[in-house]
Amino acid sequence: MRFTLNGKRADVRAHPMARLLDVLREDCHLTGTKEGCGEGECGACTVLIDGLPVNSCLVPFAQVKGARVTTIEGLGGKHPLQQTFVEHGGAQCGICTPGMILAAVALGPKPSLADMQSGLAGNLCRCTGYSAIYRSIRAASGHATERVKARTTSRLVSKPDVVRTFRSALGKRRKR
Amino acid sequence: MRRDEESLMPLAGCTDVYVSLNFGTLKQTRFMNLWRLKELRGVDRRDGRLRIGALTTYTELIRSPLVTRTLPMLVAAARQIGGRQIQHRGTIGGNVANASPAGDTLPVLAVADAMVELASAKGTREVPFTSFYTGYRQTLARADELITAFYIPPLSGTQWFRKVGTRAAQAISKVVVAGIAGDAPRLAAGSIAPTVVRLIRTEAALAAGQTIDAAQRVMLEEIAPIDDIRSTAEYRRRVAANLVEQFCRETKTRR
Amino acid sequence: MPTRRAVGTNVLRKDGAEKVTGRARYLDDLRFPNLLHGRTIRSTIPAGEIAGIRCQFDPKGFTSVDYRDISGRNVVALIEEDQPCLAERAVRHVAEPVMLLAHADRDRLAEASVEIDYRPATPNYDPEASTLSFKRIAIDKGNVERGLAEADRVIQGEYRVGHQEQLYIEPNGVIAVPDGSRAVTVYGSMQCPYYVHRALKVLLGFTDDQVRVVQTETGGGFGGKEEYPSMIAGHAALLALKAGRPVKLVYDRVEDLLATTKRHPAIIRHRTGVKRDGRLTAIDIDAVFDGGAYATLSAVVLSRGLIHATGPYRCDHVRIRGRAMMTNTPPNGAFRGFGAPQTQFAAEVHIDRIADELKLDPVRVREINAFRPGDVTATGQTLGADCSALAVLREAVKRTNFRKKRRALKGTGRGIGLSLFFHGSGFTGSGEVKLASRASLALTERGARILVASTEIGQGTRTMLAQIAADTLGVPYDAIGVNEADTSAVPDSGPTVASRTCMIVGRLVQQAAADLKNRLGPLTPTQYLRKHGPLTVTAQYQKPGDIAWDDVTYRGDAYESYGWACDVVEVSVDPVTWQVTPTAFTTVHEIGRAIHPGLARGQIEGGSAQGIGYAILEEVVMRDGRMANNQLTNYIIPTTLDTPNLDVVLIENPYPRGPFGAKGVGEMPIDGPAPAVVNAIRHAGVDVREIPATPEKIMAACASR
Repeated sequence: MRFTLNGKRADVRAHPMARLLDVLREDCHLTGTKEGCGEGECGACTVLIDGLPVNSCLVPFAQVKGARVTTIEGLGGKHPLQQTFVEHGGAQCGICTPGMILAAVALGPKPSLADMQSGLAGNLCRCTGYSAIYRSIRAASGHATERVKARTTSRLVSKPDVVRTFRSALGKRRKR
Repeated sequence: MRRDEESLMPLAGCTDVYVSLNFGTLKQTRFMNLWRLKELRGVDRRDGRLRIGALTTYTELIRSPLVTRTLPMLVAAARQIGGRQIQHRGTIGGNVANASPAGDTLPVLAVADAMVELASAKGTREVPFTSFYTGYRQTLARADELITAFYIPPLSGTQWFRKVGTRAAQAISKVVVAGIAGDAPRLAAGSIAPTVVRLIRTEAALAAGQTIDAAQRVMLEEIAPIDDIRSTAEYRRRVAANLVEQFCRETKTRR
Repeated sequence: MPTRRAVGTNVLRKDGAEKVTGRARYLDDLRFPNLLHGRTIRSTIPAGEIAGIRCQFDPKGFTSVDYRDISGRNVVALIEEDQPCLAERAVRHVAEPVMLLAHADRDRLAEASVEIDYRPATPNYDPEASTLSFKRIAIDKGNVERGLAEADRVIQGEYRVGHQEQLYIEPNGVIAVPDGSRAVTVYGSMQCPYYVHRALKVLLGFTDDQVRVVQTETGGGFGGKEEYPSMIAGHAALLALKAGRPVKLVYDRVEDLLATTKRHPAIIRHRTGVKRDGRLTAIDIDAVFDGGAYATLSAVVLSRGLIHATGPYRCDHVRIRGRAMMTNTPPNGAFRGFGAPQTQFAAEVHIDRIADELKLDPVRVREINAFRPGDVTATGQTLGADCSALAVLREAVKRTNFRKKRRALKGTGRGIGLSLFFHGSGFTGSGEVKLASRASLALTERGARILVASTEIGQGTRTMLAQIAADTLGVPYDAIGVNEADTSAVPDSGPTVASRTCMIVGRLVQQAAADLKNRLGPLTPTQYLRKHGPLTVTAQYQKPGDIAWDDVTYRGDAYESYGWACDVVEVSVDPVTWQVTPTAFTTVHEIGRAIHPGLARGQIEGGSAQGIGYAILEEVVMRDGRMANNQLTNYIIPTTLDTPNLDVVLIENPYPRGPFGAKGVGEMPIDGPAPAVVNAIRHAGVDVREIPATPEKIMAACASR
């Protein structure tokens, strides 16, 4: 059956009711797309079909006839998100990362926090708590990484003055 | 619902049916792929009614200016189904055909007095959505019929929708309510009985000027929620009652 | 002095490029020629005996394995040896593995029908009614009766925590490759290759050289792949050796949820003597942990739980009693925090209630009682300058304007709550001595290659160890490579658990690097190699001299060092649905020193999100001894829309014995969110003492007011 896979014409023979996920991983030897649940809940199997993110574990192969399918391999390692996810901690164990990056690609340029939250609600991550994923996406969009929410930016306090204050606080209160 | 082994199982976005197929709990070997049937997609106006093709995805509903203008409660429902991935593939026809009592579009269609268009080789007919379900996961569609479209008559009154799920996204509803405000308010609820329920007696109580308390008591007699792995009958009862109150308060129906 | 160029900076992850391009190879991505697929036939009853097994399929092409095929001992060797690898006759839990099948065709494998006939027995699901204890521990300090007598008031409370599933997004999976009939290599998703190595030796009756275990890129562990992989690896190895072909055994999510370990549920009771001014005079705790059907790690979970049970508070009179009991449910096991989230949930909810009863400010009560350097813990450990309980508390309270919010939110249906907590780094007491971990460094042309059994499971092991090695050796970060965790190539550095990888193994890597640097002298690595040939140095764990622990009396220095943290959470409770939404989250963590601030923050953010799930979302629904909601549709973890913004503050207080001042960080973040959330719910007007605090429970708590 003919379709476009990562920008190239593909002609793959597989059972029409085979999951697209399995066809990609086994027949096309593209193992970047992952299975986390098999029921469309986790999003680890996310691919783009005609630019829209879908759970490939829920797509029968017959339904991609003539469609454009993009997997993580199709980004060629050159997408800005693939750089920023490394730089800003968007990937920890990495199993959700291919699906997460593709879903993030579909968010378009300069997504707001609300856009990111609703746009990625179908991608579960157990490692990051999502914050670093937002930072990674905003960095790729050219946003400053720490302005996810002005009042509650995370701050790494390793400046000497804080350490000194802390130590002297302890020192002053050594007695009960 | 087409559970007959020899019949063809229609497949649209597959977001419900494919899971059971892959888990082996649904044994089917013959399928009919509807995905590319353009005639079953699309939203337009026909003879004063809103026509929604059965194969319209949740994303298409959300992005449709016509639906946003005339049936905003359906957009609200579509936005709360799954996440983007599900919304790009799941269809309103699939939601209705799957016949789960927890289907999020079902209370919307019930309260909108939608008509379901069924087509077969023998021809086309329309049935009222409020009669479509005959029992738990049972519909009055014949084995050879396909849902092809929904027709929504003109509606007036503020539309209201709330889904109470297990979490903020990617959640199955514990209680889901759609309503239309006005002198003759309409209410329908899901996940509180074997099928979606149009709360006719509750509507009558509200229209007759009864208090919200009284309407809630009537509502509780119209529903039959159960304990299941997601929630309890008691929770569903009390939340359903609270949603009636919230609907009234927010749409200024009754005191 | 080592130069600091990598440590303390956010260098790029060693494995980042592979992960973002899809090139990283997780277990299910691997291909082997001649591969068979494996399947586990499991018990469907919670207790009883197997009367017979009927295989109702054409055996052609199938390999079948039952307990009779086990050449060594039919146990999953861990602390105890009570858990069979395959049930012989007795069944103690639903999903207990009974038989294994392998076939080249996955469909035929899935369709093969196997019926088990049973003689059922009456199961027990109640840990308090159980008569089989896996472990009992007693911790005493002073005289608790005297302390209670000194009190102005005695305040009691009972707290319950449920199961929690680790929910690594990559399910368990292994591939076993036989080499003849007397050797096997197992590849798999795991945290502890040497645990698997030992378990396979025992199961198969093999020697060290006959078993090789290789960790593949692992998609999350959180403790769920600490001990469980020994079971699945044993199954795959048995099939592979009998079939003479490689066998891939992977679980789908449904099987993984049903059959693998979870966090221990617990019931924890407090009886606390207090003075009117808020000072604790007596802490009396009784804890019952539900171990499930076999011991696995219950003894150590109980141990860590009880050592942390008082919370980070000093008190002269402490009595702690705990027991881990057997029930006919799938065995519970390791999950981040390992007993401490359970007991600190109780301690922190209880102290807020104490503050309420005494009409004191919850911050004040904590300030009065929080550990300070020089204070003595329940096990008799004197805390040193690395104790930062007050510092994290004060920073969190200040940063969130806690006291003002506490007054302002009262009666609004919203609430703000806090929790103060701590977490020991490394194995308890003499655990590290017993492990006797080793780390090696092999000299390479550019720098060195790290050889450790510590695994990368997302937390950044490769990266962090490379930073330490690079700076100590004085070479660039990119000049350090990290070997696969392959038991044929790396020494036993101990398991990747217990918040030990940085402080313990990182320190070993630092020592090895210092040793290597010493031996290099003025030569570059290339010069040395050319002149002397290959060089590998190994460092082995030495117990810091002044640390003393008695396993029998449970007294002494329980942990080398502790991390300290304080969480503040704001919630709103929806009056229509009783749903709890966390609207703000701040955490202040003191972990010594952040080797990689981004990775440290990643641990804190990720662990905090898991703690929020533990508090309000994640419920394992057990029916008749099995997890009824074993699908991701129904076991729910936080999505983006369920997770508030996570405000993280790191306070640095370098720990002199840690590598570059670092302590552990992996587990502590999950100890704090649940009590902070419940304390916030309490402030919003609802008294719940059990988690997950689902809307149904909140509704019931409101009704019983």
